[in-house]
Amino acid sequence: MSLLSRVAERIYWAARYLERAETTSRLARVYGNLLLDLPRQAGMTWDVLIEITGCGTIYRDAHPNPGVDTAERFFVAAKSNPSSVRSSLAWARESVRTTRDIVPSEAWRSINELCMDVTQELDADTSHRRRYGIHTRVVEGCQQISGLLADTMSHDAAYQFFKIGRHIERADMTTRIIDVAAAALLGREDLARFDNTLWMAVLQSLSAYQMYRQKVRRRISAPDVMQFLLKNDQFPRAIAFAYRELGASLASLPRNAEALKKLGTLRRMLAVLDAARLDNATLHQWIDDAQLGLGELHSLIHATWFEPTANAFQQQTQFQSAPAPSPAPPRTA
Amino acid sequence: MPIDWAQYQPNQFYDELFAAPGEARPAARKLASYLASLGTRELAERQRDAERAIAEMGITFTVYTEGQNIDRAWPFDVIPRTIEASEWARIERGLVQRLTALNRFIDDLYHERRIIADGLVPDDIISTSSNFLPACIGANPPHGVWANICGTDLVRDGDGTVYVLEDNLRVPSGVSYMLENRMVTKQVFPEMFEHASIVPVDDYASQLFDMLASLSPRKVDFPRVVVLTPGIYNSAYFEHSYLAQRMGVDLVEGNDLVVADDECVYVRTIRGLERVDVIYRRINDTSLDPECFDKDSVLGVPGIMRAWRAQTVAIANAPGAGVADDKVVYAYVPKIIQYYLNEEPILPNVPTLLLRDDEARERVLGELERWVVKPANESGGYGMLIGPRSTPEERVAMAESVRANPRNYIAQPVLALSTAPTLVQSEIEPRHLDLRPFILQGQRTYVTPGGLTRVALRRGSLVVNSSQGGGSKDTWIVATDS
Repeated sequence: MSLLSRVAERIYWAARYLERAETTSRLARVYGNLLLDLPRQAGMTWDVLIEITGCGTIYRDAHPNPGVDTAERFFVAAKSNPSSVRSSLAWARESVRTTRDIVPSEAWRSINELCMDVTQELDADTSHRRRYGIHTRVVEGCQQISGLLADTMSHDAAYQFFKIGRHIERADMTTRIIDVAAAALLGREDLARFDNTLWMAVLQSLSAYQMYRQKVRRRISAPDVMQFLLKNDQFPRAIAFAYRELGASLASLPRNAEALKKLGTLRRMLAVLDAARLDNATLHQWIDDAQLGLGELHSLIHATWFEPTANAFQQQTQFQSAPAPSPAPPRTA
Repeated sequence: MPIDWAQYQPNQFYDELFAAPGEARPAARKLASYLASLGTRELAERQRDAERAIAEMGITFTVYTEGQNIDRAWPFDVIPRTIEASEWARIERGLVQRLTALNRFIDDLYHERRIIADGLVPDDIISTSSNFLPACIGANPPHGVWANICGTDLVRDGDGTVYVLEDNLRVPSGVSYMLENRMVTKQVFPEMFEHASIVPVDDYASQLFDMLASLSPRKVDFPRVVVLTPGIYNSAYFEHSYLAQRMGVDLVEGNDLVVADDECVYVRTIRGLERVDVIYRRINDTSLDPECFDKDSVLGVPGIMRAWRAQTVAIANAPGAGVADDKVVYAYVPKIIQYYLNEEPILPNVPTLLLRDDEARERVLGELERWVVKPANESGGYGMLIGPRSTPEERVAMAESVRANPRNYIAQPVLALSTAPTLVQSEIEPRHLDLRPFILQGQRTYVTPGGLTRVALRRGSLVVNSSQGGGSKDTWIVATDS
């Protein structure tokens, strides 16, 4: 018996929001530390992180006169920010709540506990001292859920949609992080002194530092970091890895021709990219194209598997007025 | 501090656990001495453990207030309610008898209407019932059974008699809470389960699945069974998803299903449309099919009634089954049992006056403060009046409603509902309760051992509905050696 379209969609979004919460917490944790080390003219502020998640406009509209902590709070705790840690977890929880019949009950329990803990912490305390702890809790909680699913859920179509959601979100997030880091760093002679620190932070925000060191045995440099994060297909947060996983998951689904074709285009774009000779403008253009491509892949996935209207038997009457409550406003679409 | 049960005073009420102060009933003896050894402080700690577990497991119910949905943690009292196994055996027989007769009755109403022709049930009661659906006349659900899942509310009066208060034959809910209550109790009192012989309840989901599968019109090895929910904001959504998960079947919403030109029901999947055999629906009759009933319903599936009548799909409970859970029809159930089964009812009804009778109506309206008055078709305790606890304004309003539509109201005497010890702010006090066992009927009949015990947490209150401040307890059917 095949998976329900609506369930596939919710699982996909559960994965995307879990991944988003985790990456957002990783970013907050690393940059929180980094900001203490950098001079002001580096221009690395919480506003930059908000740009990474694509919520700059919402932020500036909501807070025309930000105070000292406003940006950080918005990034982590704001209900009004659809990509904050709090919102992402809440959406992830709602998606799992509404697929509880499919998702192993331990995973539901985990996400529910995680949401309770984090909400409580965020409501109770915003002192710098404890923020680190919250983010560690989020990262560990998300990891625990992914692990639970990997080990207690049949690796059937439902699980493949979970993986697809995770890797699309991850690829998208990694491109954003690279984009912003490059814009801030490439070609800034005045910051050369901090180069090492900054690229280290980029790697750390993707938990890539150790793996990078093992793989690239020389001084940290921008081209090497870029090469690693874009094209290494063995490191789980690199784009090439995400594409490979997407390929494997898509291949196991029915009616996959269109989606696989789109992914093929994305993979070729990556293959011909020469990360060692990138200037800022070329990189930025490439990343724009990659993000656009990921958005198109999302739309294809939606049209192929989630869209309940794609059928000859479709009745024309009642359905238009009865949309399935879809919990998630897509960001990349 | 150890608990001194001699201090526990249920007063004039029948207590489920104690025959007299300090004297536990046989089924409760082990429990009472175990709790006494724990003491109130430890007990309060276990209560907190239970509440934490409930929050973590996400056991919730949803309340609507002012247009908002609020997810609340399921209210639970750690002290279980016990029932002697031998007493339960009799109740179980009574429940099976009752549902069997009710199903014969429903089938008769939609076919020959013998019981009306024979003059036992007046025609106008059926024809004016909003739950009688002409669209169901002549339909033939599998095994001739219309109400496959029934949640019967039982109460015990002051003299110890167990009465049937209501038959819920439409979309009764609560069984998931019965199952979760047991899970939680096992976590907080593991010691008890090692020593006492408490009948397990966790068989329910397999029993439910087997019953549903037995309704499949296609005789295939793996019929596709689905649970149809009104959606993620419904107050019982937790239960819908819980049951689907436990049975390993799909939880669907109306727009996941479609009726094709071949009059079969299909579900939309990532591979396209797939045939559905059995629908355990948790939406109301009138929301089922906008072609047939409520035109504005967006919860249902257009054409599903055609498919059901063509017997390409089974729906449980069958549309129209609710005609037998009208509170006016309720008054006739003892006669219905005698008529179809030629047996005496094992479980009595609460004495019930139909306010359509002029004499009964004048009597009740003259002394409203002594009666419980209920509308015929409400559930969840809404719209009813508990005379002794009502204000003069409420009584005036009720009298007006009754006179405007007398057929729609019944009156019952105020029962002295039984009590059980309940933990209230770290003190043990008696609280009133009822019991909702669940009965499954397909080819065979199954009754849950015990059921969902609901308890009125406010002192003296008789309202056990969770939406109105009620709580719940685990229910133990205990086999004693005697």
